[in-house]
Amino acid sequence: MTTIKTKPSDLDRPTSGSDVGLPVRRSFFRRLTFAAGGVAAALASVPIIGYFFRTPEPTTLPWIDLGPISGFRKGETRLVTFDNPLRQPWDGVTAHTGVFVRNEGAIAQNGAQFLVLAINCAHLGCPVTWFPESGLFMCPCHGGVYYADGERASGPPPRGLFQCIWRISGGRLQIQAPRFPTLQDTLKDEPKSA
Amino acid sequence: MTSWLSKIGDWFDARLSFRGSLLPILKHPIPKGAAGPMGWWYVFGSASLTLLLLQILTGIALALVYVPSADRAYDSLLYLNYDQPLGWFLRSLHYYAGSGMVVMVLAHMTQVFLQGAYKYPRELTWLTGVFLLLCTLGMFFTGQVLRWDPDAYWGLAVGGAMAGRVPGVGPQLVHLVFGGPIIGGAALSRFFALHVFIIPGALLLLLGVHLWLILTRGVSVPPVPGQLVDPKTYDAAYEKEVHDKGVPFLGDAMLKDAFVSAIAVAVVVVIAAIVGPKGPSGPPDPTMGGANPRPEWPFLWLFALLSLSPPSWETFIMLVFPLMLIAVLLAVPLVSNRGERAPSRRPVAVLGVVVIYTLLGILTYEGTASPWSPKMNAWSGDPIPEHLLLKTPPMELMGAAVFQNKSCRNCHAIDGIGGRRGPDLTSVASRLTRDQLIDQISNGTPGGGNMPAYGKEMNPGEMATLVAFLSRLRPDGEPPAQQPTHDEPPKHEPPVQAVAGRRPLATAPRP
Repeated sequence: MTTIKTKPSDLDRPTSGSDVGLPVRRSFFRRLTFAAGGVAAALASVPIIGYFFRTPEPTTLPWIDLGPISGFRKGETRLVTFDNPLRQPWDGVTAHTGVFVRNEGAIAQNGAQFLVLAINCAHLGCPVTWFPESGLFMCPCHGGVYYADGERASGPPPRGLFQCIWRISGGRLQIQAPRFPTLQDTLKDEPKSA
Repeated sequence: MTSWLSKIGDWFDARLSFRGSLLPILKHPIPKGAAGPMGWWYVFGSASLTLLLLQILTGIALALVYVPSADRAYDSLLYLNYDQPLGWFLRSLHYYAGSGMVVMVLAHMTQVFLQGAYKYPRELTWLTGVFLLLCTLGMFFTGQVLRWDPDAYWGLAVGGAMAGRVPGVGPQLVHLVFGGPIIGGAALSRFFALHVFIIPGALLLLLGVHLWLILTRGVSVPPVPGQLVDPKTYDAAYEKEVHDKGVPFLGDAMLKDAFVSAIAVAVVVVIAAIVGPKGPSGPPDPTMGGANPRPEWPFLWLFALLSLSPPSWETFIMLVFPLMLIAVLLAVPLVSNRGERAPSRRPVAVLGVVVIYTLLGILTYEGTASPWSPKMNAWSGDPIPEHLLLKTPPMELMGAAVFQNKSCRNCHAIDGIGGRRGPDLTSVASRLTRDQLIDQISNGTPGGGNMPAYGKEMNPGEMATLVAFLSRLRPDGEPPAQQPTHDEPPKHEPPVQAVAGRRPLATAPRP
C-alpha cells in the first residue's frame, strides 16, 4: 500500500472561485499578475487619455490693440483685422482674423462708446459681411441678417452677433483676444479654467 | 525549369504554409447560386474593398508630400497640384476613388438590405457594415478638412458651432475638436490624425471583423421567394446547401468580383484624369468674407435638410437626427432577422429604399442649388436686366438704384437673376399693393422671419422710389394687386414688431 504524500500547500487549495484546485502560491501569482497588469494599464492609459482629452486653455485672455480711437469715425462700421495671440506659432494665415468695430459716438462721461462684433454668425459660425449701404450684416450660409448694432434682424440665428470685450487704454482701442464663439460660450464669458 | 520553380515554391510553402492556410480561406465554399448570374449582385462589397486599397495607396503617396501644418498645408497642396509630378493626378484619384467607395458601399448595403442578406446569422456582419459606412463617411469629412481652403476652415466653424450646441458639454467639446480656443494648426493636426490614424485604424479593424464574419458565417444564398429564414433550421440547411452544391470562392465568383473591381478602378482613374483635383479653392484666410462652406456631396442632403427646416428644429436635426438614423440602421437586423428574403415578397423594404433614395436625391439637389443662401455679390454683380428699365421714369430708375444699393438683390431675384432666399420680385406688384409693399419693406417679416425690417435703413425718399420701382415692375397683362375691400384694418395701425422689445419701428414713410 502506498501512501500519497501531500504537500502542506495542497491542503490550502482554495475551494471556491476561479482559483479552485490551484496551489495557493500559484493562485497568489495569478492574482498578482492581474493586479500588475491593471496597474501597468492604468499607469500607461491615464496620461495617454489625459493627453488626448486635455488641451491648454488660457486662463486670462490677452488684450489686442486695434489702434487709436481717433481712427474710428463716428457711426462707421469697419472690419479690423489682426493676428490672434491665442494662436500657435504654426497657425499661419488662419491666425489672422478680424472683428467689426463701430464707433457709436461719445457718451459724456465714458469717452467714446464702441461696439466690437465678432465676425462669426451666431447661427453656425460662418463669416458675416457688412453692407454699409443697407446697414446690415449678412451671412452667406443660411441667410442670417443683423442690424448695424449687431441685433438679429432676420433668418435663422437665435441671437444677435457676439460682442467682444473692449477697453480704451492710452487713447487706443483694445479688445480681449476673441476665441471661437458659440451659443454656450460667448465672448462675454470668461474662459473656464480647466 | 518548372521543377525548379515548384521546388522553390515548396521551400517557401513549407515555411509560409500558404497551401495549408490562406488557400483554403480563398477557396471557402460559397452557395452555387452566388457563383452564377445572381453573383453579379455580390460584387459591390469587393469593389468597395478594392477602392479602399486604392485609397490606402494614394493616401500614403499623398502623405509623402502633404504638410499637415496650418501655415504650410495650403502651399503643399499647390505643390502637389502643380510641381510634384503626377501629384495633381493622385490628389484627384484619391478624391474620386473615395467618392466611388461611398457609392460602392451604399450599393453594397442596398443590395444586402433588399436581398435580406443581413438576416440570421449575419446580423453582426450588418452591424460592422454600418460602422464601416460611418468610417467611410468620416474619412470623407476629415479629408475635406485637410484640403485646408475656406471650405475646410469655415466647414470646421460650422461643425464647431454645431458641437457647441450640445447641452452642457458644448464648449468643452468645441475646445476638444479644435484643440484650442480658435481654429488653427491644432485643429488641422487633429483632423490629420483622425484621417490617417484614428479612423483608418478603426476602419481596418472593423473590416477584419467584417471579413472574418463573411468567412465564418458564409455568403448568403441568393434569395428565393417563399424560402424563409428560420434561425432554428437555417444553419443545417445552409451547411447542406454549401457543402453539397457549393463552389469555391476562388473561381467564377471571384472572377466577377475582380471584373467589377477592375471596372470601378478604371472608371475612377478616367474620371480623376479628366476632371482633375478638387481645390484648394483659396487660402484659408478668415478675414476674407463671403465664404459659404458646403459639405462634400455625401453630406449635402443633411445640409439641405438642416437649411430647409424651421430654426426651432435645427438643434434636433444637427444633434439627435443623425444618431437616430444610425440607430435605425443598427436596428435593422435586430428587428427583422428572420422570414422572407426575396425583394419581391418584401414590398415595404423595397418601398423604403425607393423613398429613401428619392428623398436623398431631392435633398442633394437642393443642397447643390442651396436656394437659402443669399448671393453676397448680387447687389453689385447682378444688374437689373435692361429690358425692365427701358422707358422707366427717373423716380423709378432711382428706385432701381436703391434696390441694388440696399442689397435687396442678395435675397430677391429680378427676372430670375439674383438671390433665391426670398421670392422673385418681378411681379410683386401683382401680389402686394403700394401700402403693403411699404409695410413689408419697413417691418420685414413679422416676428423676425426671413426678411429684415428696412424701416430704419431707408429714408422716406428711398422708400418712395423703391416702391415706385417695384410697383412698375409688374409685367404687362398681370393685374395690379387690389386693396382689400372687406373690413380693412386702418393702414396706420402699428405693424408687428420685427424683434419684440428690441427695435423701435420707424413709421412707414408715405410716398
